[in-house]
Amino acid sequence: MTNKYLFAGFGGQGILFAGKLLAYKGLTDEKQVSWLPSYGPEMRGGTASCSVILSDSPVGSPIVSNPNILIAMNLPSLDKYEDTVEAGGMIFYDSSLIEREVKRDDVKVFPIPATKLAEENGTPTLANMIIVGKVLAETGDFTDESVMAALKKVISAKRADMLDVNLNAMKLGRDF
Amino acid sequence: MADKVLMKGNEAIAEAAIIAGCRHYFGYPITPQTEIAAYMAKRMPKIGGCFLQAESEIAAINMVYGVASCGLRVMTSSSSPGISLKGEGLSYLAGADLPSLVVNVQRGGPGLGGIQPSQSDYFQATKGGAHGDFHMIVLAPASVQEMADLTVHGFDLADKYRMTSMILADGTMGQMMEPVSLDLNVKPMPEKPWATTGTKLERFHNITNSLSLVPEELEELNFKRYQRYAEIEKNEVMYEEYMMEDAEICIAAFGIASRVAKNAIVEARAQGIKVGLIRPITLWPFPKAPFLKATEKVHTFISVELSMGQMIEDVRLATECRRPVTLVNRAGGMIPSPEQILEAIKNAHKNGGAN
Repeated sequence: MTNKYLFAGFGGQGILFAGKLLAYKGLTDEKQVSWLPSYGPEMRGGTASCSVILSDSPVGSPIVSNPNILIAMNLPSLDKYEDTVEAGGMIFYDSSLIEREVKRDDVKVFPIPATKLAEENGTPTLANMIIVGKVLAETGDFTDESVMAALKKVISAKRADMLDVNLNAMKLGRDF
Repeated sequence: MADKVLMKGNEAIAEAAIIAGCRHYFGYPITPQTEIAAYMAKRMPKIGGCFLQAESEIAAINMVYGVASCGLRVMTSSSSPGISLKGEGLSYLAGADLPSLVVNVQRGGPGLGGIQPSQSDYFQATKGGAHGDFHMIVLAPASVQEMADLTVHGFDLADKYRMTSMILADGTMGQMMEPVSLDLNVKPMPEKPWATTGTKLERFHNITNSLSLVPEELEELNFKRYQRYAEIEKNEVMYEEYMMEDAEICIAAFGIASRVAKNAIVEARAQGIKVGLIRPITLWPFPKAPFLKATEKVHTFISVELSMGQMIEDVRLATECRRPVTLVNRAGGMIPSPEQILEAIKNAHKNGGAN
């Protein structure tokens, strides 16, 4: 079983961070893991993406060009990557930033108003964690313990106060 | 220490160097290897080491010369255009028989080129790297774990043979994260009686120098150096064979290209095509023997590269042109897709070596 995730959105939305959390979740679940960011002259407001592969067998190429799970955090990302998703795959997207619907009818679609939920929750910067909560609930297994273990790997000890805030944001996504 | 952590390839190189006992790093930032310098800047001051951002790549490689002369483990890192700047220093290190570790996280070229991954410095790394008769040991990691393992191994080989080891990676290897174990196999550093550590009035002066104005003596130095190179070609070749037992088609690929090739091989095998991979881990010395042996069963070789085709020349030499060698490539920062490689495998299968 291999899941090929492609996260895409604006720089500054926490795309790489969300991907990293997912990679660490895979590591704590004893999966084979790879994480590959797009890198370039992009900065806040530009485009960012990252490929994450979680598998039961060794990962070959770390490059995800045909994801079975796409997470699109803005319209340009959905426009660019919608057609690359494998048939039978899943598309998660931030429906508070993307007004159009997904055109594909051979994939499962999960519209989540992540940015709106994040603002209502008083954590406007955690839309990424809300959507990753939903992604984990649908594609991995979401237990508080394993998610917390992964969070502890990506959030430094100095910011320990952010652990629960992030976990709660992820639960918000999970329960949406 | 058996615990695995997720690290970027660049960070794995930096941490492995520290574990190998390297306490001197000189460099100048350049994408896509800047994480090495950043990691060293953070860690070295905490462990009594020296991180120094030099005023240029040329300055950095000459600082490497200085520390190497003192017999200590030392490294620098850069990406393609920066490595060209270091060329003079690499040749001087070779001329003075000094051990060092140099990392090239390649990007597209020539010139300033781009910042996306590439393997187009293969010729530069394996055929010398600068003026004069010399070689570097060239190690090509294909995973973050190998970024760490080969860094340690590179230091060992550099000390053992008194020469430069180069880690030849690419932007993908540098930027990607994978689980890595830092329980690394570090051997004790050999004695370095040649190092310029002060005579303490107990011995004659040691001198490290690459200037030699008497041609007979300079020739002698070259002959001796090449005897060492012959020993390395005999003893230090590393490669991986993947699904080669019954292979009729053999892919040659290193680094990220080998990872993509494995996807294509799995797919081709599912379609009943007998294809395997020989992945050189040492690019110099090149694993000639396994390629020559493979000509007994293989009807076509396919070299997969992120360049206009450089390693393909070594594959042709190693196979003594007994079988056709074709090229699957992208250049300028692009990466071949598994589909592109699969297409070439299918073509080779259809033609059966008749070219």
